[in-house]
Amino acid sequence: MALPHGGRLIDRFLRGERGRKASEEAEELPKVRVSRELVKDLENIASGAFSPLEGPLLREDYLSVLEEGRLSNRLPWTYPIVLDVSEEEAREIDEGDDVAVTDIQGRPFAILHLEEKYRLDRKVHAERVYRTLDPRHPGVAKTWEMKPVLLGGEIDLFRESESRFAVYRLKPKETRVLFKEKGWRTVAGFQTRNAPHLGHEYVQKTALSFVDGLLIHPLIGRKKPGDFRDEVILEAYEALIRGYYLRDTAVLAVLEMEMRYAGPREAVFHAIVRKNFGCTHFIVGRDHAGVGNFYKPYEAQEIFDEYPDLGITPLFFRSFFYCRKCGGVTNEKVCPHGEADHVRFSGTRIREMLMRGERPPREMMRPEVVDVVLKSEKPFVE
Amino acid sequence: MPIITSSVIGLDGREDRVSIEIPKWLYDKVAERIKGTSFSTVSDYITYRLQSEFSEEPVYTEEEERKIKERLRRLGYIP
Repeated sequence: MALPHGGRLIDRFLRGERGRKASEEAEELPKVRVSRELVKDLENIASGAFSPLEGPLLREDYLSVLEEGRLSNRLPWTYPIVLDVSEEEAREIDEGDDVAVTDIQGRPFAILHLEEKYRLDRKVHAERVYRTLDPRHPGVAKTWEMKPVLLGGEIDLFRESESRFAVYRLKPKETRVLFKEKGWRTVAGFQTRNAPHLGHEYVQKTALSFVDGLLIHPLIGRKKPGDFRDEVILEAYEALIRGYYLRDTAVLAVLEMEMRYAGPREAVFHAIVRKNFGCTHFIVGRDHAGVGNFYKPYEAQEIFDEYPDLGITPLFFRSFFYCRKCGGVTNEKVCPHGEADHVRFSGTRIREMLMRGERPPREMMRPEVVDVVLKSEKPFVE
Repeated sequence: MPIITSSVIGLDGREDRVSIEIPKWLYDKVAERIKGTSFSTVSDYITYRLQSEFSEEPVYTEEEERKIKERLRRLGYIP
């Protein structure tokens, strides 16, 4: 099983009496309010999913991540996890203070040991992370909405947010025990934000033919309109696993974290996070974490060349398709037939068919998965 | 042949180190590969790769592991 990134699995949860005490103390502290997405980021820090981070980035690490895709100690880290606050909130707190972090309803859930306040340069941030300043890119648009001051320091978390998906919510410590219980030495992580079509299934099964187990790990959190809703993704995967996977080869759990659509940088970030969950391998497909035409189809695979020290093995896949002549699902590395014989698994095309209430053909999507999507009143994010 | 020094922490808490030999061409390739990465020496890199191969799990207390297994069982992840 993969060692945690940086060598140690972080645990910043205060439990029992310590948690109760921190919760009481937090009531008396100055407060900063954070978005639902940031709550999840801080929970992922506390659970060790973002090891070795112990809190939102300090300035030196932040700049190093932007410039080089590495923390200041040179450890690979490609997506900056930051806590942004308004000028007014920043004025009320000083470096060295303990600050209560509250959710959107104003309920404290963590204490930030504030080490640094520093300014956000939105242009530099967007350009480095998303490789574009085009406001049509959702990550760039979000950067322009960020508050101007960033807070860095370690956090201690004493209350976990509620989740509609609690039964699928496993922490890195839990998946690690689970993999051990299952006797899996090698595990491939599969990131998704889609209901599965046959292309996804074949990528996963190809990976499974040379690792012991598969962690299907959909991202649950804010997505863009037109993406599948979280409930639909989970139910669709349950149906797929039930009908088409060998028992005890696949685990379905959720990662509560928003999509950033940062393409190559996010692909490496996703791999690091799955390494912390115990995965030894990570599946990277075409245009991983991309959006529109902002990234080249295989840019998210090429970036891995820059990280020989990542500590998790990326598994690169080209597109799978159904070939009428081969009579099955195959890919361009092994199929000698021409484009006219191929049925491509276009996510966009499948979504369009489903939106019209049509059933995609069996060569594209399993009927059980189609049933799940079509029986849902609102299968897509609006 | 270059000598790679690797290390482990002994039971007494002291770092024991041993030396191994690898071909020079391989050493040079690794040295080239780790430029600009988090590894400052070839030894660091090789130690890291071997640690990954023979990694020990993060240590849980018995109580912690029992609770985790209990939750995994309740959620249906293990029988």
